Amino acid sequence: MTVQWTPKPDLPPPPLDTGFAGWLKKNLFSSFWNGLLTVAGLLIILATVPPFLRWALINAAWVGDSREACIHLGEDGISGACWVFIKVRLGMFMYGFYPDAERWRVNLAMVLLALAALPILMPQAFEKLRTALGFALAGTIAVFVLFGPGPGAAAALLLVLPFGLPHVRLKAIFEKVDAQPSAGLAARAAALALAGGIVYAAARGFEGNALPGPLAGVFIALLLGLMLLDRAPAAAWQWVFLFTVYPFIAYVLLMGDAYGLAYVETHLWGGMFLTLVIAVIGIATSLPIGILLALGRRSTMPVTKTLCVCFIELIRGVPLISVLFMASIMLPLFLPEGAHFDKLLRALIGVSLFYAAYMAEVVRGGLQAIPRGQYEAAESLGCGYWRMMGLIILPQALRLVIPGIVNTFLGLFKDTTLVAVIGLMDMLGIVKTALADTEWLGFPKEAYVFAAAVFWVFCFGMSRYSMHLEKRFQVKRH
Amino acid sequence: MKGAKLIAVMAILVLAATAAHAGILENVKKAGEIKVGVSGKVPGFSVPDQNGVWSGMDVDFGRAVAAAVFNDPGKVKFVPVTTSERFTALQTGEIDILSRNTTWTFQRDAKQGIDFCGILFYDGQGFMVNKKLGVKSAKELDGASICIQIGTTTELNVSDYFAANKMSYKPVVFESADESTVMYDTGRCDVYTTDASGLAARRTTLSKPADHIILAEVISKEPLGPAVRHGDQQWGDIVRWTLFALINAEELGVTSENVDEMMKSTNPSIKRLLGVEDNLGEQMGLTSDWVYRIVKHVGNYGEIYDRNVGPDTPLGLERGPNALWTQGGLMYAPPVR
Repeated sequence: MTVQWTPKPDLPPPPLDTGFAGWLKKNLFSSFWNGLLTVAGLLIILATVPPFLRWALINAAWVGDSREACIHLGEDGISGACWVFIKVRLGMFMYGFYPDAERWRVNLAMVLLALAALPILMPQAFEKLRTALGFALAGTIAVFVLFGPGPGAAAALLLVLPFGLPHVRLKAIFEKVDAQPSAGLAARAAALALAGGIVYAAARGFEGNALPGPLAGVFIALLLGLMLLDRAPAAAWQWVFLFTVYPFIAYVLLMGDAYGLAYVETHLWGGMFLTLVIAVIGIATSLPIGILLALGRRSTMPVTKTLCVCFIELIRGVPLISVLFMASIMLPLFLPEGAHFDKLLRALIGVSLFYAAYMAEVVRGGLQAIPRGQYEAAESLGCGYWRMMGLIILPQALRLVIPGIVNTFLGLFKDTTLVAVIGLMDMLGIVKTALADTEWLGFPKEAYVFAAAVFWVFCFGMSRYSMHLEKRFQVKRH
Repeated sequence: MKGAKLIAVMAILVLAATAAHAGILENVKKAGEIKVGVSGKVPGFSVPDQNGVWSGMDVDFGRAVAAAVFNDPGKVKFVPVTTSERFTALQTGEIDILSRNTTWTFQRDAKQGIDFCGILFYDGQGFMVNKKLGVKSAKELDGASICIQIGTTTELNVSDYFAANKMSYKPVVFESADESTVMYDTGRCDVYTTDASGLAARRTTLSKPADHIILAEVISKEPLGPAVRHGDQQWGDIVRWTLFALINAEELGVTSENVDEMMKSTNPSIKRLLGVEDNLGEQMGLTSDWVYRIVKHVGNYGEIYDRNVGPDTPLGLERGPNALWTQGGLMYAPPVR
């Protein structure tokens, strides 16, 4: 007789192992010590977060524009944060002493930077020419509507041209001219002279200074290089524009004294704006210099190598604050009376060189991680030094050290606050002056919390972007 | 423009050995503005408001010099300088006047290559205590814990004072004034000490200002005054006599409101001061109505004091030693004649 064996239905899992209770047991109370840690953590959160929220949100003063708005107590008799203080001072915190009527120039410079950098930062979103052109046009129109025709033209130059230029074949044009052998050289020279003349005329907008000549020279040199290059992809043009045209536009916009813009001295710059100026310039210059230093340090040429090693070790051996002090206190003593470097320029050079040294070591770490075989493979393909580095070694090395590079950038961004020791009014410096206002004495907590929040937003953004980059450049290794 | 500046620097480097320097007054007139180094962080002395407009005693003094030179108190550029770079900035000509609540001491005057031009504010270190302690005099502070900022002369002054009076104390040192104030407020220490002007400012930030008193004893001399670079007598005279003119104007009762009527005064001292008689200002490289300009635009010393730190301001400082010598204070200026 066969007995049909029927298994009993499965028992449900123990109630403590499923659902929410199960999750709790597994993750928070898996052992006695883990349970203790959970309870302690909860207690710490309970002890700190509710009082902070009560101070920062519930009892806080949000409306009003004078100190009186803040002299009140919450319903439970505990006074809260006085955000009115921040609100009243926001203009100062963001722009420093930059004149009210001219602050649109700062905004425009930042908007242009954001628009010009966006396609570089997220190229995958701009792969289709149509999206890219649409973005460039929309950006140009937006700037035109918001800021007027002049800024609109600048935006067009910066945004549309990089997408248009790849479709112009300079070499092809000249090859046609070259068909008549005698005309070739003359045509090129004439084209260069014409372009230089246009730039020179445009630069005449600067009242009474020596800018037009050098500017036209730089432009001609740039064109000369481009003639040899023939076609470059849009991405390359974007980089070129970001590092040549944008700094020029930003300089004119922020400093003024040209094209009818009022002159704004750098000692009026301050607040978040100054912090961003130092951070952006520091980041944009320290990486290229750092890469060159790293290559120099690994070079086999004794002089180059010694120079790079000395520079890196010297700079890494002293704190940034002493570099800044040297730049602001010692340097002027060596210069004759009445001769001044701009204080901001001194600080910028200090910050850039300091972080270039750190960047060099980060990049060197990446270079060392590339196997010898890669160098040999490159050489066997007949690549010279710069091609080997630029096309094969550096792309791999830099990808490896993205976290290190971004780490250095974050350090740079936060270290910009050190310029306060040489009397520059960066974000933190301006916050400190606000604390001394006799009308608003006694709100240091609000000011520092605000400054910390602003810094956190920027640093967190950079850190997330670096993770995104790591994912994008991740290579599956089998 | 940077390039042009660099070239200029090089050119000057080459010429520096031979070229004679023009006076500061010439340079200032050419530039159309006076560069005044200020702190930017001291309540009542120099601080920018929410629109970036500067105010304070140190600031108003800079404006007074601008009024004397240009007849326009706005032709002055305030440059925030830190404590460590202030003397260098003055020596290198980055600023023309240092008006940054700087204490006049022997070493600074003799060795730092700068000249002090009189005393704008007599400050001195004092003590603040909670009324609950029942302390009436600094002599009763034996054994007290004291909140001090690290690395300042206040730290040394306290040490000297307690040693001289054979008392003991427990120092509780902090990095910044803000921090030590908060700690004093929470009861971390019994006594808070800093300069008297700072004490008054700090008291307003406490949670219950009325519960605290500032003891009468002042244990150090902190004469604060403007300074100029050593070696330009004319500019030093202008700055020094601007300060004296402010004090003389108060002594003679000339204010920004009545200065126009005072021009018709028959008092010979007032006539000389305002340049109705004699042309004293011209002997200094200014115009004869230089004091009129100062008082008209900025006011006299008393007005500056009341506007920035006086009893009606949040700082609420009584004149004390900063009253005129005729009213029991120390403010005394040589006559303009």
